[in-house]
Amino acid sequence: MSEILEIGISAELAAKIGEHGVETYPYECCGALLGRDPSFTEKDDSEAKGHGPSREILDLFPLVNRRDDSPRNRFSVTGEDVREAEKSASAQGLEVVGWYHSHPDHPARPSEYDRDHAWPWYSYIIVSVRAGVAQDMTSWRLKDDRSGFSEEKIDSVKVGAAV
Amino acid sequence: MSIKVMIPTPLRVYAGKRDSADIAAATVGEALGRLTSEFDELRKHLFTEDGKLRAFVNVYLNDEDIRYLAKENTPTKDGDTISIIPSIAGGTSKNAD
Repeated sequence: MSEILEIGISAELAAKIGEHGVETYPYECCGALLGRDPSFTEKDDSEAKGHGPSREILDLFPLVNRRDDSPRNRFSVTGEDVREAEKSASAQGLEVVGWYHSHPDHPARPSEYDRDHAWPWYSYIIVSVRAGVAQDMTSWRLKDDRSGFSEEKIDSVKVGAAV
Repeated sequence: MSIKVMIPTPLRVYAGKRDSADIAAATVGEALGRLTSEFDELRKHLFTEDGKLRAFVNVYLNDEDIRYLAKENTPTKDGDTISIIPSIAGGTSKNAD
């Protein structure tokens, strides 16, 4: 069953993700996406899983890439970093709804390695940074059966006034 | 003996939208086994096909990473809390590690 996935992010926050990727180029950058997902604030089961109103990103939590052995093509965020991101989100009444990272000199498409290290539900934003310039930005969610990712539409206008 | 397993947000959809489950178990491994027996769809997101905990899945018993305890054989006691926290990793395809 196909579904339309959508994520809202202000142009300003989207630009910040690109800037983070440029800053760390040629290494990968990474960070948490803090926001709201209305489908999870409702406790009833009236909405099927994965459906419902689109989620919104309202803040970013930039993180340090812990991979010092191959930072050009890998990023890693420890469980402790994840807990810190969750605390930061919670303090703002938000949730960690996903993660972003850059693909230096590679397309903004998830790799097999990305798939092996993902969970469903999270949004995974990837920004391609070529020759130090941020280019395409895409967002993905892992399928329930872990067989691959579904691309979600990035709506960078919707959230403009929400921060 | 009851311990509480906190279900991470991304996986709640596979656990009846619950944020925790109270489970009777003597070890962390037993607790995770019972959790995934009760909620079968959780299993593939926590364990590999050969039944090993996925490398990016971290399990804490009362804030202690079980890797530094007795891993899945870590004994539990009444009132303990287990948290499941992912490490986040990714990157481009070349030069797989």
